[in-house]
Amino acid sequence: MTRPAGQEPHIELEGLRFQRDGRPIFEDVSLSIPRGKVTAIMGPSGTGKTTLLRLVTGQLLPERGSIRVDGQEVTGIGREALYRLRKRIGFLFQHGALLTDLDVYENVAFPLREHTQLPDCLIHHLVMTKLQSVGLRGAARLMPSQLSGGMARRVGLARAVVMDPELVLYDEPFAGLDPISMGVIVRLIREINEALGLTSVIVSHDIEEVSQVADWAWIIADGRIIAGGTPEELRGEESPWVRQFMHRLSDGPVPFHFPARDYPEDLREVPR
Amino acid sequence: MRAMFRDLGEALREFVETLGAMTRFLGRLLWETPAALMRFGLVWYQLHRIGAHSLLIIGISAVFVGMVLALQGYHILNQFGATESLGVMVAMTLVRELGPVLTAVLFAGRAGTSLASEIGLMRATDQLSGMEMMAVDPVKRVIMPRFLAGVIAVPLLAAIFSALGIFGGYVVGVGLLGVDAGPFWSQMNAAVDVRTDVMSGVWKSIAFGITASLVAVYEGYNAPPTAEGVSRATTRAIVITAVAVLAINLLITAIIVGEG
Ligand SMILES: Nc1ncnc2c1ncn2[C@@H]1O[C@H](COP(=O)(O)OP(=O)(O)OP(=O)(O)O)[C@@H](O)[C@H]1O
Ligand SMILES: [Mg+2]
Repeated sequence: MTRPAGQEPHIELEGLRFQRDGRPIFEDVSLSIPRGKVTAIMGPSGTGKTTLLRLVTGQLLPERGSIRVDGQEVTGIGREALYRLRKRIGFLFQHGALLTDLDVYENVAFPLREHTQLPDCLIHHLVMTKLQSVGLRGAARLMPSQLSGGMARRVGLARAVVMDPELVLYDEPFAGLDPISMGVIVRLIREINEALGLTSVIVSHDIEEVSQVADWAWIIADGRIIAGGTPEELRGEESPWVRQFMHRLSDGPVPFHFPARDYPEDLREVPR
Repeated sequence: MRAMFRDLGEALREFVETLGAMTRFLGRLLWETPAALMRFGLVWYQLHRIGAHSLLIIGISAVFVGMVLALQGYHILNQFGATESLGVMVAMTLVRELGPVLTAVLFAGRAGTSLASEIGLMRATDQLSGMEMMAVDPVKRVIMPRFLAGVIAVPLLAAIFSALGIFGGYVVGVGLLGVDAGPFWSQMNAAVDVRTDVMSGVWKSIAFGITASLVAVYEGYNAPPTAEGVSRATTRAIVITAVAVLAINLLITAIIVGEG
């Protein structure tokens, strides 16, 4: 289960350890993400999926272990090198992170304007085709504050792929979408991946959608990788951890609760 | 008593730390200035936004200040039979002191606070880390245009303040109190020296422009990403600027007067 067989890795994590405020988020995580495929990272809320993406893009530093993207070590490289690397990565933020003083159009155009000298007509063409593919061409002149959460996510998606990156990291692309846009986005991610031959990483807990779109999935829980495989393999997996997650059982070894002390004790003691 | 000294020591330490951090930040901003000036479109946009916002309150305040200066000045000068020097008095006070100082304080209240809260909110809503993720340096893209726009705007606004203040003084002095218009202008012309008086006002307004803009962008950029953090940054933007501007004003005046 350590790696998808016979494929060149785009991202490789080895012996990763990371903690926050003294609480370990990752104990010892090793995984690899194959080039040119769609890989899902799944796990219950609060296990550190977003944290993992932030580590991969050098926004956070691990305490120990190595992170290689495209064969290049990410930890401890300088700002310049990090920025060069990030220009080749598209990132969809869990909450969109649109720039609130620019409209939808300018938000999608932002990376192009910052990093290229393309003429306006070409930028217009690129922006409009990306907006069309997420179904928001008509919303081009709305401000981010006028969008719903799902719309903002779709604009974020258009922005993440507008530079034609080699690697796209999607943090919860399906959350908050209605069934129709969900279907469109699932297909879109698949299409982008095949048309451009890029590597996609999807963080999600929507098992159905992930099964449709992913070639490979890793499941994280409790600071460790508990399983990896194709979605079909994971469905047939016998381990109680995986069974619980894949079949949405409420009872099992995967904790639903944030670490806490004894419940009755907490109830008895009124904080003052 | 001991607790009081400890608090004082603590406050002093914090003050020195903040001053050091701001100085380092200023160094970084000055280093980025040539590159930021190359993208003047961004600066121009901010200049337009900031300047337009501040222009109205600064203009209105200037007329009021000029009027009150003429009223008080007339009262005093009248006792010495020197009311024709009213123009000199109003112009000197505005150009050398009140123009730069009040402009900077009003600017901090109108534009500085909104810069600080805007930048603080951008941090709190992940927009700055979003930019970093797109390999765009927020200092270059967000901070620099706003900082430079402030640095350019304050001297211009101070000049407008002085001009409108003199106009207010004219309206009250000549129009209301019956001072002769001739000596009002001619004495002013003869007495206000461009090299010393006007330039001292210009230097001051440049120094204050840098101070007000630096404090605003620094406080916004370093605000904790919470509602309370942003609101504190906004308050600090005006409070720190006001105190700093008054202190720097005293310093510059002392140096200039000392030199003769
Ligand atoms: N800025 C922070 N400071 C301290 N702890 C944090 C911070 N951000 C996240 N954490 C902690 O890190 C853990 C992992 O957070 P993360 O956001 O990576 O979870 P996630 O797997 O993405 O969850 P979700 O599916 O709900 O988005 C959480 O337990 C959270 O409490
Ligand atoms: Mg998350």
